Amino acid sequence: MKKLSARRRHPLAAVVVLLLALAATGGLYAAFAPASKAQADDTAQSLAIDEGKKLYSVGCASCHGTGGQGTTDGPSLVGVGSAAVDFQVGTGRMPAQQPGAQVPKKKVIYTQAEIDQLAAYVASLGAGPIVPTKDQVSPDGADIAKGGELFRTNCAQCHNFTGEGGALTKGKYAPSLEDVDPKHVYEAMQTGPQNMPSFPDTTMPEQQKRDIIAYIKTVNSAESETPGGLKLGGLGPVSEGLFAWIFGLGALIAVAVWVAAHTAKAKKS
Amino acid sequence: MSSQEIPEENLPAEQGTAHTAVGVADDPFADPGLPAHKPRIQDIDERAAKRSERTVALLFVLSMVATVGFIASYVIFPVDKIVYIWPFGHVSALNFSLGLTLGVALFTIGAGAVHWARTLMSDVEVADDRHAIAAEPEVKAKVLADFAAGAEESALGRRKLIRNTMFGALALVPLSGVVLLRDLGPLPEKKLRNTLWAKGKQLINMNTMEPLRPEDVAVGSLTFAMPEGLEEDAHDFQTQIAKAALMIIRIQPENIKDKREREWAHEGIVAFSKICTHVGCPISLYEQQTHHVLCPCHQSTFDLSDGARVIFGPAGHALPQLRIGVNAEGNLEALGDFEEPVGPAFWERG
Repeated sequence: MKKLSARRRHPLAAVVVLLLALAATGGLYAAFAPASKAQADDTAQSLAIDEGKKLYSVGCASCHGTGGQGTTDGPSLVGVGSAAVDFQVGTGRMPAQQPGAQVPKKKVIYTQAEIDQLAAYVASLGAGPIVPTKDQVSPDGADIAKGGELFRTNCAQCHNFTGEGGALTKGKYAPSLEDVDPKHVYEAMQTGPQNMPSFPDTTMPEQQKRDIIAYIKTVNSAESETPGGLKLGGLGPVSEGLFAWIFGLGALIAVAVWVAAHTAKAKKS
Repeated sequence: MSSQEIPEENLPAEQGTAHTAVGVADDPFADPGLPAHKPRIQDIDERAAKRSERTVALLFVLSMVATVGFIASYVIFPVDKIVYIWPFGHVSALNFSLGLTLGVALFTIGAGAVHWARTLMSDVEVADDRHAIAAEPEVKAKVLADFAAGAEESALGRRKLIRNTMFGALALVPLSGVVLLRDLGPLPEKKLRNTLWAKGKQLINMNTMEPLRPEDVAVGSLTFAMPEGLEEDAHDFQTQIAKAALMIIRIQPENIKDKREREWAHEGIVAFSKICTHVGCPISLYEQQTHHVLCPCHQSTFDLSDGARVIFGPAGHALPQLRIGVNAEGNLEALGDFEEPVGPAFWERG
């Protein structure tokens, strides 16, 4: 220390101190700043877009156009957002097997990683709804009763009041919501796939979407409780009455016929 | 087929003699009588009868056990206990066990009774000949004589005051029923022609209960709205919302085919009555690509891009459109009431 102290008035002392200070600041910055990570993220993002573009050219471009501009066979994807891609490809609806009244749900052929890449590419074409996070779609702590009220106001007319689905015009239909991934329910409300209208956050806030998801999970999933027994499609008293008339009365008639057809006589004639 | 299998009288050579042998009965419609009674095993074999007796008793005992099971289930299972039973799913243990035990208890009583009647009770056929429907002449004469005696004793012909007041009372009594028909009225007056919508009333989003703003309504979205000032707990909420309920959608203005619809819209945001013009069901099965809206009750279909005209189904009128605009705060507002009555037609609708 004495040596250092003795040279504190050396002409180069200021330069040395300055260099030391710069090195310390730079070192600290390098150690704590998220710069390098951000850099890596950017690369990952653009890499995903590049990979997504390749997947898109193979699987989607024939209908949606090489730049997502749409053709006569498929709508434009500019501005549909990553949520639409995650829903359509994540439920197997896209790529479509054939044109028709409605593209049905089927086996998913892309991995989630590939779907994310496709979504990244389509999202890069124009701003749109983004894939929700786990917390955004979690039914934990949501208001199930409020969700039921919202569901009956906004959704039940097509999907039935317990989400069993129903018919629309000319071969179109509202699919059943049984055991649909909450993420996909959320994305469907956000993006309005096919003929379903959308319910954007501006008219139906995020919290209300979670309430609806919680309601669907309560009334229509593998764990749903149906204290009354068989739901018979959840269509209400009509289906139950029909079931009783056809199968209940039918069984009684069958038993009566069986009893009368078997004689109790010792010698069968 | 060999000739041995054909009955001899049917062979050509034998036919002539066979016919004369059968001949014609004196009375072709004679009562053939009952076929000979045939016994059951239980009638012949006492062991079989005992077996049947035991079967019937077993069924009745099963019923008793099931009834005890019913009472036990009622005591044991709490109302909210849910169990998984294939193929019914997650059902209430109480409901399931009560239904099952009561079903078994009733079914085995019936099955036991049927088995008892079929195998052990007498099965000898009994003939019960028909009789003439008309009563005997003496009976007829007695009834008429009794009636005449009764009429004489009541003195109805002599005491005219009683007779006439009785007729009066009987004639007036039905009027009380007729008066109650007044409850079918009064006529609706103007109630079916007006809704709560009026100039300057803001459109309230039924999800958030906040006024709707044009920028909130995206193309392809569907929102339901009610008039400002209507409270969900108001005593006449149902009466009012049944007429005022609105469907808000947004269509690219160039895709709106009807000129009036485009003018009454605000930048492609159109507001249509949610009440079907057929029998008044809430109608909102909206297909955002075709702009068709479908009624769940009788499949009336309306084209919302063409003045909501009826394109299919029994509805008689297009859905009424509400004229909307934007107020100073930038919220959507009504520019008046509907031009025509909403909902189904009625006699005086015109």
